[in-house]
Amino acid sequence: MQFYLPIAELPIDVLMILGMGAAVGFISGMFGVGGGFLMTPLLIFVGIPPAVAVATQAAQIAASSTTGVMNYWRKRALDLKLGAVMVAGGVVGTFLGVLFFNNMRRIGYLETVISLSYVALLGSVGASMLVESARAIHASRKGVRPARRRAGQHAWYEGLPFKIRFHRSGIYVSVIPLTVLSVFIGFAGAVLGIGGGFILVPALIYIFRVPAAVVVGTSLLQILCTMVFATVMHAATNHSVDVVLALLLIIGGVFGAQFGARAGMKIRGEHFRLLLAILIFGVAMRFALDILVTPAERYSVTLTETPR
Amino acid sequence: MIARLLLLVLAFAAPAARAEQLLLSLSAERISITSNFTGADLALFGAIERDGATVARASTYDVVVNVRGPRGSVVVREKSAIGPFWLNADQRRYIAIPAFIATLSNRPLPQIAGDLMLQKLTLGVDALVPPQGRRTDIFDPDEPNFRQALMRLRRAEGLFVENGQAVTFLSQNAFRAAIRIPGTAPLGRYDVDVTLLADGVPLTRDSIAFTVIKGGVEQRLATASRERGVLYGLATALMALSLGWLATVIFRRD
Repeated sequence: MQFYLPIAELPIDVLMILGMGAAVGFISGMFGVGGGFLMTPLLIFVGIPPAVAVATQAAQIAASSTTGVMNYWRKRALDLKLGAVMVAGGVVGTFLGVLFFNNMRRIGYLETVISLSYVALLGSVGASMLVESARAIHASRKGVRPARRRAGQHAWYEGLPFKIRFHRSGIYVSVIPLTVLSVFIGFAGAVLGIGGGFILVPALIYIFRVPAAVVVGTSLLQILCTMVFATVMHAATNHSVDVVLALLLIIGGVFGAQFGARAGMKIRGEHFRLLLAILIFGVAMRFALDILVTPAERYSVTLTETPR
Repeated sequence: MIARLLLLVLAFAAPAARAEQLLLSLSAERISITSNFTGADLALFGAIERDGATVARASTYDVVVNVRGPRGSVVVREKSAIGPFWLNADQRRYIAIPAFIATLSNRPLPQIAGDLMLQKLTLGVDALVPPQGRRTDIFDPDEPNFRQALMRLRRAEGLFVENGQAVTFLSQNAFRAAIRIPGTAPLGRYDVDVTLLADGVPLTRDSIAFTVIKGGVEQRLATASRERGVLYGLATALMALSLGWLATVIFRRD
Protein backbone atom coordinates (compact mmCIF):
# COMPACT_ATOMS: atom_id res chain seq x y z
CA MET A 1 0.00 0.00 0.00
CA GLN A 2 1.64 3.19 -1.18
CA PHE A 3 1.24 6.44 0.70
CA TYR A 4 2.51 9.86 -0.35
CA LEU A 5 4.69 11.64 2.22
CA PRO A 6 3.92 15.37 2.07
CA ILE A 7 7.31 16.68 3.21
CA ALA A 8 9.64 14.00 1.86
CA GLU A 9 7.62 14.40 -1.37
CA LEU A 10 7.69 10.77 -2.41
CA PRO A 11 5.38 7.76 -2.20
CA ILE A 12 6.36 5.10 0.32
CA ASP A 13 5.07 1.64 1.23
CA VAL A 14 3.07 2.04 4.47
CA LEU A 15 3.48 -1.60 5.52
CA MET A 16 7.23 -1.39 5.04
CA ILE A 17 7.48 1.72 7.26
CA LEU A 18 5.18 0.20 9.91
CA GLY A 19 7.26 -2.99 9.77
CA MET A 20 10.49 -1.06 10.15
CA GLY A 21 9.01 0.85 13.08
CA ALA A 22 7.93 -2.40 14.72
CA ALA A 23 11.28 -4.15 14.14
CA VAL A 24 13.31 -1.25 15.50
CA GLY A 25 10.77 -0.81 18.31
CA PHE A 26 11.22 -4.49 19.21
CA ILE A 27 14.98 -4.07 19.42
CA SER A 28 14.70 -0.82 21.35
CA GLY A 29 12.25 -2.37 23.80
CA MET A 30 14.51 -5.37 24.23
CA PHE A 31 17.68 -3.40 24.90
CA GLY A 32 16.13 -0.30 26.46
CA VAL A 33 17.66 1.97 23.82
CA GLY A 34 15.87 4.52 21.65
CA GLY A 35 16.71 2.81 18.39
CA GLY A 36 17.42 6.04 16.53
CA PHE A 37 20.83 4.77 15.48
CA LEU A 38 19.06 1.93 13.63
CA MET A 39 16.01 3.79 12.32
CA THR A 40 17.70 6.83 10.80
CA PRO A 41 20.10 4.71 8.67
CA LEU A 42 17.22 2.42 7.64
CA LEU A 43 15.15 5.41 6.51
CA ILE A 44 18.08 6.74 4.50
CA PHE A 45 18.65 3.31 2.91
CA VAL A 46 15.01 3.06 1.75
CA GLY A 47 15.31 6.42 -0.01
CA ILE A 48 14.02 9.04 2.44
CA PRO A 49 16.14 12.19 2.05
CA PRO A 50 18.70 12.21 4.93
CA ALA A 51 17.51 15.61 6.19
CA VAL A 52 13.91 14.35 6.46
CA ALA A 53 15.05 11.07 8.05
CA VAL A 54 17.06 12.82 10.79
CA ALA A 55 14.48 15.52 11.54
CA THR A 56 11.51 13.11 11.58
CA GLN A 57 13.34 10.56 13.70
CA ALA A 58 13.59 13.18 16.46
CA ALA A 59 9.77 13.08 16.78
CA GLN A 60 9.76 9.29 16.89
CA ILE A 61 12.38 9.19 19.65
CA ALA A 62 10.39 11.80 21.59
CA ALA A 63 7.37 9.46 21.52
CA SER A 64 9.22 6.32 22.54
CA SER A 65 11.11 8.08 25.34
CA THR A 66 7.83 9.53 26.67
CA THR A 67 6.63 5.98 27.25
CA GLY A 68 9.91 5.16 29.01
CA VAL A 69 9.99 8.29 31.16
CA MET A 70 6.40 7.69 32.34
CA ASN A 71 7.19 4.11 33.32
CA TYR A 72 10.27 5.16 35.29
CA TRP A 73 8.45 8.15 36.79
CA ARG A 74 5.79 5.85 38.16
CA LYS A 75 8.50 3.77 39.84
CA ARG A 76 10.22 6.98 41.05
CA ALA A 77 13.32 5.71 39.27
CA LEU A 78 14.70 8.98 37.99
CA ASP A 79 16.85 11.77 39.37
CA LEU A 80 15.03 15.02 38.56
CA LYS A 81 17.88 17.33 39.64
CA LEU A 82 20.46 15.44 37.59
CA GLY A 83 17.95 15.31 34.75
CA ALA A 84 17.47 19.09 34.85
CA VAL A 85 21.23 19.73 34.59
CA MET A 86 21.49 17.25 31.71
CA VAL A 87 18.49 18.74 29.90
CA ALA A 88 19.95 22.26 30.12
CA GLY A 89 23.15 21.04 28.46
CA GLY A 90 21.22 18.91 26.00
CA VAL A 91 19.11 21.83 24.81
CA VAL A 92 22.24 23.92 24.16
CA GLY A 93 23.78 20.98 22.28
CA THR A 94 20.62 20.49 20.22
CA PHE A 95 20.56 24.16 19.29
CA LEU A 96 24.18 24.03 18.11
CA GLY A 97 23.51 20.70 16.39
CA VAL A 98 20.61 22.00 14.32
CA LEU A 99 22.66 25.06 13.28
CA PHE A 100 25.52 22.77 12.22
CA PHE A 101 23.04 20.48 10.43
CA ASN A 102 21.54 23.37 8.44
CA ASN A 103 24.96 24.72 7.46
CA MET A 104 26.25 21.33 6.34
CA ARG A 105 23.07 20.82 4.34
CA ARG A 106 23.46 24.22 2.69
CA ILE A 107 26.99 23.52 1.49
CA GLY A 108 26.07 19.96 0.49
CA TYR A 109 28.12 17.94 2.96
CA LEU A 110 25.32 16.68 5.20
CA GLU A 111 25.35 13.14 3.81
CA THR A 112 29.13 12.84 4.14
CA VAL A 113 29.01 14.19 7.69
CA ILE A 114 26.26 11.71 8.64
CA SER A 115 28.14 8.74 7.14
CA LEU A 116 31.48 9.61 8.73
CA SER A 117 29.92 10.41 12.12
CA TYR A 118 28.06 7.11 12.18
CA VAL A 119 31.27 5.24 11.41
CA ALA A 120 33.27 7.12 14.04
CA LEU A 121 30.65 7.26 16.81
CA LEU A 122 28.98 3.86 16.47
CA GLY A 123 32.27 2.22 15.51
CA SER A 124 34.09 3.37 18.63
CA VAL A 125 31.15 2.83 21.01
CA GLY A 126 30.35 -0.56 19.46
CA ALA A 127 33.98 -1.72 19.56
CA SER A 128 34.51 -0.72 23.19
CA MET A 129 31.23 -2.38 24.19
CA LEU A 130 32.29 -5.53 22.34
CA VAL A 131 35.58 -5.68 24.20
CA GLU A 132 33.95 -4.86 27.52
CA SER A 133 31.15 -7.41 27.23
CA ALA A 134 33.47 -10.12 25.90
CA ARG A 135 35.67 -9.55 28.93
CA ALA A 136 32.63 -9.66 31.24
CA ILE A 137 31.43 -12.95 29.75
CA HIS A 138 34.91 -14.39 30.05
CA ALA A 139 35.13 -13.23 33.66
CA SER A 140 31.72 -14.62 34.61
CA ARG A 141 32.67 -18.02 33.11
CA LYS A 142 35.79 -18.09 35.28
CA GLY A 143 33.83 -16.86 38.26
CA VAL A 144 35.99 -13.76 38.77
CA ARG A 145 34.23 -10.83 40.38
CA PRO A 146 34.92 -7.42 38.85
CA ALA A 147 37.41 -5.41 40.89
CA ARG A 148 35.88 -2.67 42.98
CA ARG A 149 37.23 0.81 43.09
CA ARG A 150 39.45 1.39 46.07
CA ALA A 151 38.85 4.30 48.40
CA GLY A 152 40.94 7.41 47.72
CA GLN A 153 41.33 6.55 44.01
CA HIS A 154 40.12 9.44 41.84
CA ALA A 155 40.03 10.19 38.15
CA TRP A 156 41.17 13.68 37.01
CA TYR A 157 37.65 14.91 36.19
CA GLU A 158 36.50 14.27 39.72
CA GLY A 159 38.69 17.12 40.94
CA LEU A 160 37.02 19.80 38.77
CA PRO A 161 35.22 22.74 40.44
CA PHE A 162 31.48 23.64 40.56
CA LYS A 163 30.51 20.46 42.31
CA ILE A 164 26.87 19.71 42.95
CA ARG A 165 25.40 17.04 45.19
CA PHE A 166 22.67 14.93 43.60
CA HIS A 167 20.82 13.33 46.50
CA ARG A 168 18.67 10.91 44.54
CA SER A 169 21.71 9.45 42.78
CA GLY A 170 23.91 9.83 45.81
CA ILE A 171 26.73 11.42 43.80
CA TYR A 172 28.77 14.59 44.25
CA VAL A 173 30.23 15.66 40.91
CA SER A 174 31.42 18.72 39.01
CA VAL A 175 28.93 20.30 36.60
CA ILE A 176 31.63 20.71 33.94
CA PRO A 177 31.99 17.11 32.68
CA LEU A 178 28.22 16.61 33.05
CA THR A 179 27.56 19.63 30.83
CA VAL A 180 30.17 18.56 28.27
CA LEU A 181 28.53 15.14 28.03
CA SER A 182 24.98 16.45 27.74
CA VAL A 183 25.91 19.13 25.19
CA PHE A 184 27.66 16.46 23.11
CA ILE A 185 24.65 14.09 23.28
CA GLY A 186 22.28 16.90 22.31
CA PHE A 187 24.53 17.89 19.41
CA ALA A 188 24.96 14.34 18.10
CA GLY A 189 21.23 13.70 18.48
CA ALA A 190 20.24 16.69 16.38
CA VAL A 191 22.76 15.97 13.62
CA LEU A 192 22.44 12.18 13.43
CA GLY A 193 18.81 11.52 14.39
CA ILE A 194 19.71 9.47 17.46
CA GLY A 195 18.63 9.77 21.09
CA GLY A 196 22.08 8.90 22.33
CA GLY A 197 20.98 6.57 25.15
CA PHE A 198 23.56 3.97 24.14
CA ILE A 199 26.31 6.53 24.91
CA LEU A 200 24.60 8.36 27.75
CA VAL A 201 23.75 5.34 29.93
CA PRO A 202 27.26 3.79 29.97
CA ALA A 203 28.81 7.25 30.41
CA LEU A 204 26.62 8.03 33.45
CA ILE A 205 27.34 4.63 34.98
CA TYR A 206 31.08 4.36 34.36
CA ILE A 207 32.16 8.00 34.54
CA PHE A 208 29.74 9.52 37.04
CA ARG A 209 28.79 6.33 38.92
CA VAL A 210 25.09 7.09 38.76
CA PRO A 211 23.31 4.09 40.31
CA ALA A 212 21.70 1.66 37.89
CA ALA A 213 18.30 2.21 39.53
CA VAL A 214 17.95 5.78 38.24
CA VAL A 215 20.29 5.90 35.26
CA VAL A 216 17.91 4.79 32.50
CA GLY A 217 15.01 6.95 33.68
CA THR A 218 17.25 10.01 33.99
CA SER A 219 18.88 9.56 30.59
CA LEU A 220 15.44 9.04 29.02
CA LEU A 221 14.31 12.33 30.55
CA GLN A 222 17.25 14.12 28.92
CA ILE A 223 16.55 12.36 25.56
CA LEU A 224 12.84 13.21 25.73
CA CYS A 225 13.45 16.93 26.32
CA THR A 226 16.24 17.31 23.76
CA MET A 227 14.29 15.40 21.10
CA VAL A 228 11.16 17.51 21.61
CA PHE A 229 13.35 20.58 21.26
CA ALA A 230 15.09 19.09 18.20
CA THR A 231 11.73 18.36 16.54
CA VAL A 232 10.57 21.94 16.99
CA MET A 233 13.92 23.40 15.90
CA HIS A 234 14.21 21.22 12.80
CA ALA A 235 10.63 22.10 11.87
CA ALA A 236 11.21 25.81 12.44
CA THR A 237 14.51 26.13 10.57
CA ASN A 238 14.81 23.48 7.85
CA HIS A 239 11.15 22.37 7.50
CA SER A 240 12.17 18.71 7.16
CA VAL A 241 9.92 17.07 9.77
CA ASP A 242 7.43 14.80 7.98
CA VAL A 243 4.45 14.42 10.30
CA VAL A 244 2.93 11.53 8.32
CA LEU A 245 6.19 9.58 8.38
CA ALA A 246 6.57 10.33 12.10
CA LEU A 247 3.06 9.03 12.82
CA LEU A 248 3.72 5.76 10.97
CA LEU A 249 7.06 5.24 12.74
CA ILE A 250 5.57 5.95 16.17
CA ILE A 251 2.67 3.52 15.67
CA GLY A 252 5.00 0.76 14.48
CA GLY A 253 7.50 1.50 17.23
CA VAL A 254 4.98 1.47 20.10
CA PHE A 255 3.82 -2.05 19.31
CA GLY A 256 7.29 -3.38 18.59
CA ALA A 257 8.62 -2.02 21.87
CA GLN A 258 6.01 -3.89 23.95
CA PHE A 259 7.02 -7.28 22.55
CA GLY A 260 10.69 -6.34 22.67
CA ALA A 261 10.53 -5.52 26.37
CA ARG A 262 9.12 -8.98 27.12
CA ALA A 263 11.79 -10.70 25.01
CA GLY A 264 14.52 -8.65 26.70
CA MET A 265 13.76 -10.10 30.13
CA LYS A 266 14.86 -13.55 28.98
CA ILE A 267 18.42 -12.59 28.07
CA ARG A 268 21.31 -12.59 30.56
CA GLY A 269 23.07 -9.31 31.29
CA GLU A 270 26.44 -10.03 29.67
CA HIS A 271 24.97 -11.59 26.55
CA PHE A 272 22.55 -8.71 26.41
CA ARG A 273 25.39 -6.18 26.16
CA LEU A 274 27.27 -8.32 23.65
CA LEU A 275 24.22 -8.48 21.35
CA LEU A 276 23.72 -4.72 21.59
CA ALA A 277 27.42 -4.16 20.90
CA ILE A 278 27.25 -6.35 17.78
CA LEU A 279 24.19 -4.43 16.61
CA ILE A 280 25.83 -1.02 17.08
CA PHE A 281 29.08 -2.17 15.51
CA GLY A 282 27.15 -3.66 12.59
CA VAL A 283 25.49 -0.34 11.75
CA ALA A 284 28.91 1.36 11.86
CA MET A 285 30.30 -1.29 9.50
CA ARG A 286 27.40 -0.80 7.11
CA PHE A 287 28.26 2.90 6.84
CA ALA A 288 31.98 2.10 6.66
CA LEU A 289 31.35 -0.18 3.66
CA ASP A 290 29.80 2.78 1.86
CA ILE A 291 33.01 4.76 2.01
CA LEU A 292 35.53 1.89 1.91
CA VAL A 293 34.26 -0.18 -1.00
CA THR A 294 34.83 1.09 -4.53
CA PRO A 295 31.41 2.44 -5.49
CA ALA A 296 29.60 1.03 -8.53
CA GLU A 297 28.36 4.52 -9.34
CA ARG A 298 30.90 7.20 -8.55
CA TYR A 299 28.60 10.10 -9.34
CA SER A 300 25.66 11.46 -7.40
CA VAL A 301 23.17 14.22 -8.13
CA THR A 302 21.82 16.60 -5.51
CA LEU A 303 19.19 19.22 -6.03
CA THR A 304 20.49 22.47 -4.56
CA GLU A 305 17.73 24.80 -5.57
CA THR A 306 14.25 23.32 -5.45
CA PRO A 307 12.42 23.71 -8.73
CA ARG A 308 9.31 25.81 -8.39
CA MET B 1 20.51 32.19 -26.36
CA ILE B 2 19.81 34.87 -28.97
CA ALA B 3 21.72 32.85 -31.55
CA ARG B 4 19.57 29.85 -30.73
CA LEU B 5 16.38 31.88 -31.04
CA LEU B 6 17.53 33.18 -34.40
CA LEU B 7 18.21 29.64 -35.55
CA LEU B 8 14.74 28.67 -34.42
CA VAL B 9 13.19 31.52 -36.31
CA LEU B 10 15.15 30.58 -39.39
CA ALA B 11 14.18 26.96 -39.01
CA PHE B 12 10.51 27.86 -38.93
CA ALA B 13 10.78 30.51 -41.63
CA ALA B 14 12.17 27.96 -44.08
CA PRO B 15 8.96 26.30 -45.29
CA ALA B 16 7.54 29.67 -46.40
CA ALA B 17 4.02 30.30 -45.13
CA ARG B 18 2.92 28.24 -42.12
CA ALA B 19 0.89 25.71 -43.96
CA GLU B 20 0.23 23.43 -40.97
CA GLN B 21 -1.18 24.32 -37.60
CA LEU B 22 -1.42 22.28 -34.41
CA LEU B 23 -4.46 22.00 -32.17
CA LEU B 24 -3.57 20.58 -28.78
CA SER B 25 -5.56 19.33 -25.85
CA LEU B 26 -4.50 17.68 -22.57
CA SER B 27 -6.68 15.21 -20.66
CA ALA B 28 -5.96 17.18 -17.50
CA GLU B 29 -4.32 20.51 -16.83
CA ARG B 30 -3.81 19.92 -13.17
CA ILE B 31 -2.49 16.84 -11.41
CA SER B 32 -3.26 16.83 -7.74
CA ILE B 33 -1.03 14.76 -5.46
CA THR B 34 -3.05 13.06 -2.74
CA SER B 35 -2.02 10.46 -0.15
CA ASN B 36 -2.36 7.55 -2.58
CA PHE B 37 -0.40 9.27 -5.36
CA THR B 38 2.04 6.95 -7.09
CA GLY B 39 2.18 8.74 -10.42
CA ALA B 40 -0.28 9.86 -13.05
CA ASP B 41 -1.06 9.26 -16.70
CA LEU B 42 -1.96 12.10 -18.99
CA ALA B 43 -3.10 11.95 -22.58
CA LEU B 44 -2.24 14.65 -25.07
CA PHE B 45 -4.41 14.86 -28.16
CA GLY B 46 -3.33 16.78 -31.21
CA ALA B 47 -4.83 17.56 -34.57
CA ILE B 48 -2.90 18.83 -37.57
CA GLU B 49 -4.81 21.50 -39.46
CA ARG B 50 -3.88 22.29 -43.03
CA ASP B 51 -5.18 25.17 -45.07
CA GLY B 52 -6.57 24.45 -48.51
CA ALA B 53 -3.62 25.84 -50.36
CA THR B 54 -1.18 23.36 -48.85
CA VAL B 55 0.16 20.88 -51.29
CA ALA B 56 -0.32 17.29 -50.26
CA ARG B 57 2.86 15.88 -48.76
CA ALA B 58 4.37 12.73 -50.08
CA SER B 59 5.88 11.84 -46.73
CA THR B 60 4.14 11.34 -43.41
CA TYR B 61 4.32 13.61 -40.38
CA ASP B 62 6.52 13.13 -37.35
CA VAL B 63 5.53 14.45 -33.92
CA VAL B 64 7.94 15.11 -31.06
CA VAL B 65 6.50 16.02 -27.65
CA ASN B 66 8.87 17.58 -25.11
CA VAL B 67 7.56 17.58 -21.55
CA ARG B 68 9.67 19.78 -19.27
CA GLY B 69 9.20 19.96 -15.52
CA PRO B 70 10.15 22.94 -13.35
CA ARG B 71 13.80 23.95 -13.59
CA GLY B 72 16.21 23.83 -10.69
CA SER B 73 19.93 23.76 -9.93
CA VAL B 74 21.71 20.49 -9.39
CA VAL B 75 25.18 19.61 -8.20
CA VAL B 76 26.81 16.49 -9.64
CA ARG B 77 29.51 15.11 -7.36
CA GLU B 78 32.18 12.57 -8.14
CA LYS B 79 33.60 10.25 -5.49
CA SER B 80 37.34 9.74 -5.52
CA ALA B 81 39.63 7.58 -3.41
CA ILE B 82 41.13 9.77 -0.70
CA GLY B 83 43.45 7.45 1.17
CA PRO B 84 41.34 4.35 1.92
CA PHE B 85 38.07 6.28 1.73
CA TRP B 86 35.77 7.00 -1.16
CA LEU B 87 34.52 10.54 -0.64
CA ASN B 88 32.95 13.25 -2.76
CA ALA B 89 35.78 15.22 -4.28
CA ASP B 90 35.06 16.94 -7.59
CA GLN B 91 31.76 18.56 -8.50
CA ARG B 92 30.00 20.56 -11.23
CA ARG B 93 26.93 22.72 -10.91
CA TYR B 94 24.20 22.73 -13.51
CA ILE B 95 21.68 25.52 -13.35
CA ALA B 96 18.15 25.64 -14.75
CA ILE B 97 17.97 21.91 -15.44
CA PRO B 98 14.38 20.61 -15.80
CA ALA B 99 13.57 18.31 -12.90
CA PHE B 100 11.60 16.14 -15.31
CA ILE B 101 12.08 15.61 -19.02
CA ALA B 102 10.07 13.33 -21.28
CA THR B 103 10.66 13.37 -25.00
CA LEU B 104 7.94 11.39 -26.69
CA SER B 105 7.76 10.72 -30.40
CA ASN B 106 6.09 8.44 -32.93
CA ARG B 107 9.42 6.83 -33.83
CA PRO B 108 12.94 7.03 -32.35
CA LEU B 109 14.41 10.54 -32.54
CA PRO B 110 17.44 9.68 -34.72
CA GLN B 111 15.03 8.49 -37.43
CA ILE B 112 13.05 11.75 -37.30
CA ALA B 113 15.81 14.30 -37.73
CA GLY B 114 19.57 14.67 -37.66
CA ASP B 115 21.54 15.43 -34.49
CA LEU B 116 22.16 19.03 -35.45
CA MET B 117 18.48 19.72 -36.09
CA LEU B 118 17.49 18.04 -32.80
CA GLN B 119 19.96 20.25 -30.94
CA LYS B 120 18.69 23.31 -32.77
CA LEU B 121 15.10 22.53 -31.86
CA THR B 122 16.09 21.42 -28.33
CA LEU B 123 14.44 18.06 -28.79
CA GLY B 124 15.51 15.18 -26.57
CA VAL B 125 17.17 14.88 -23.17
CA ASP B 126 20.61 15.56 -24.62
CA ALA B 127 19.53 18.91 -26.05
CA LEU B 128 17.69 19.97 -22.88
CA VAL B 129 20.70 19.43 -20.62
CA PRO B 130 23.29 21.77 -22.11
CA PRO B 131 26.94 21.41 -21.09
CA GLN B 132 27.85 23.78 -18.27
CA GLY B 133 31.47 23.85 -17.25
CA ARG B 134 33.09 25.88 -14.54
CA ARG B 135 32.99 29.50 -15.48
CA THR B 136 36.68 30.01 -14.73
CA ASP B 137 37.86 27.27 -17.07
CA ILE B 138 38.15 27.89 -20.77
CA PHE B 139 38.24 24.20 -21.46
CA ASP B 140 36.92 21.66 -18.98
CA PRO B 141 37.85 18.14 -20.12
CA ASP B 142 36.03 16.41 -17.23
CA GLU B 143 32.71 18.16 -17.68
CA PRO B 144 31.22 15.66 -20.19
CA ASN B 145 31.58 12.91 -17.55
CA PHE B 146 29.49 14.90 -15.09
CA ARG B 147 26.87 15.72 -17.69
CA GLN B 148 26.64 12.07 -18.76
CA ALA B 149 26.35 11.03 -15.11
CA LEU B 150 23.54 13.52 -14.53
CA MET B 151 21.56 12.16 -17.48
CA ARG B 152 22.32 8.53 -16.59
CA LEU B 153 21.21 8.93 -12.94
CA ARG B 154 18.05 10.86 -13.82
CA ARG B 155 17.16 8.26 -16.47
CA ALA B 156 17.61 5.51 -13.87
CA GLU B 157 15.21 7.38 -11.55
CA GLY B 158 12.67 7.64 -14.36
CA LEU B 159 12.84 11.43 -14.33
CA PHE B 160 14.47 11.73 -17.77
CA VAL B 161 12.58 9.67 -20.34
CA GLU B 162 12.87 9.21 -24.08
CA ASN B 163 10.18 7.12 -25.72
CA GLY B 164 9.97 6.65 -29.46
CA GLN B 165 6.62 4.86 -29.27
CA ALA B 166 4.59 7.07 -26.97
CA VAL B 167 3.04 9.08 -29.79
CA THR B 168 0.53 7.23 -31.95
CA PHE B 169 -1.25 8.54 -35.00
CA LEU B 170 -4.98 8.03 -34.77
CA SER B 171 -5.44 9.08 -38.37
CA GLN B 172 -3.26 10.86 -40.88
CA ASN B 173 -3.86 14.20 -39.15
CA ALA B 174 -4.56 13.31 -35.55
CA PHE B 175 -2.26 11.92 -32.87
CA ARG B 176 -2.23 10.97 -29.24
CA ALA B 177 0.67 11.01 -26.79
CA ALA B 178 0.77 9.13 -23.49
CA ILE B 179 2.54 11.15 -20.77
CA ARG B 180 3.51 9.25 -17.64
CA ILE B 181 4.30 11.34 -14.55
CA PRO B 182 6.19 9.27 -11.91
CA GLY B 183 5.37 9.40 -8.19
CA THR B 184 8.63 11.19 -7.45
CA ALA B 185 7.93 13.95 -9.98
CA PRO B 186 8.51 17.39 -8.51
CA LEU B 187 5.71 19.89 -8.04
CA GLY B 188 5.28 22.80 -10.36
CA ARG B 189 4.52 23.81 -13.91
CA TYR B 190 5.19 21.39 -16.76
CA ASP B 191 5.56 22.75 -20.30
CA VAL B 192 4.53 20.49 -23.14
CA ASP B 193 6.12 21.56 -26.44
CA VAL B 194 4.90 19.79 -29.54
CA THR B 195 6.93 19.95 -32.75
CA LEU B 196 5.58 18.75 -36.06
CA LEU B 197 8.16 17.62 -38.57
CA ALA B 198 8.29 16.04 -41.99
CA ASP B 199 11.41 14.74 -43.72
CA GLY B 200 13.53 15.96 -40.81
CA VAL B 201 12.34 19.55 -41.25
CA PRO B 202 10.22 21.32 -38.64
CA LEU B 203 6.86 22.51 -39.91
CA THR B 204 5.28 24.08 -36.88
CA ARG B 205 5.45 24.10 -33.11
CA ASP B 206 2.95 24.75 -30.36
CA SER B 207 2.85 24.33 -26.61
CA ILE B 208 0.48 23.66 -23.76
CA ALA B 209 1.11 23.27 -20.03
CA PHE B 210 -0.09 21.47 -16.92
CA THR B 211 0.77 21.80 -13.25
CA VAL B 212 1.45 19.22 -10.56
CA ILE B 213 0.19 20.40 -7.18
CA LYS B 214 -0.31 18.82 -3.79
CA GLY B 215 -3.87 17.86 -2.95
CA GLY B 216 -5.90 19.18 -0.01
CA VAL B 217 -4.37 17.66 3.13
CA GLU B 218 -0.88 17.25 1.67
CA GLN B 219 -0.88 20.87 0.53
CA ARG B 220 -2.03 22.12 3.91
CA LEU B 221 0.63 20.10 5.74
CA ALA B 222 3.39 21.24 3.39
CA THR B 223 2.32 24.88 3.64
CA ALA B 224 2.09 24.65 7.42
CA SER B 225 5.57 23.13 7.64
CA ARG B 226 7.00 25.86 5.43
CA GLU B 227 5.18 28.90 6.72
CA ARG B 228 4.42 28.05 10.33
CA GLY B 229 7.46 25.96 11.16
CA VAL B 230 7.41 26.50 14.91
CA LEU B 231 3.71 25.72 15.23
CA TYR B 232 4.04 22.71 12.95
CA GLY B 233 6.98 21.48 15.04
CA LEU B 234 5.10 21.99 18.31
CA ALA B 235 2.09 20.12 16.92
CA THR B 236 4.30 17.22 15.77
CA ALA B 237 6.03 17.10 19.16
CA LEU B 238 2.66 17.18 20.94
CA MET B 239 1.44 14.31 18.76
CA ALA B 240 4.57 12.34 19.64
CA LEU B 241 4.17 13.02 23.37
CA SER B 242 0.50 12.10 23.46
CA LEU B 243 1.04 8.90 21.48
CA GLY B 244 3.89 7.99 23.81
CA TRP B 245 1.63 8.64 26.80
CA LEU B 246 -1.22 6.67 25.18
CA ALA B 247 1.10 3.68 24.81
CA THR B 248 1.77 3.62 28.56
CA VAL B 249 -1.97 3.68 29.23
CA ILE B 250 -2.77 0.90 26.76
CA PHE B 251 0.10 -1.38 27.70
CA ARG B 252 0.07 -0.72 31.42
CA ARG B 253 1.08 -3.85 33.28
CA ASP B 254 0.19 -3.63 36.94
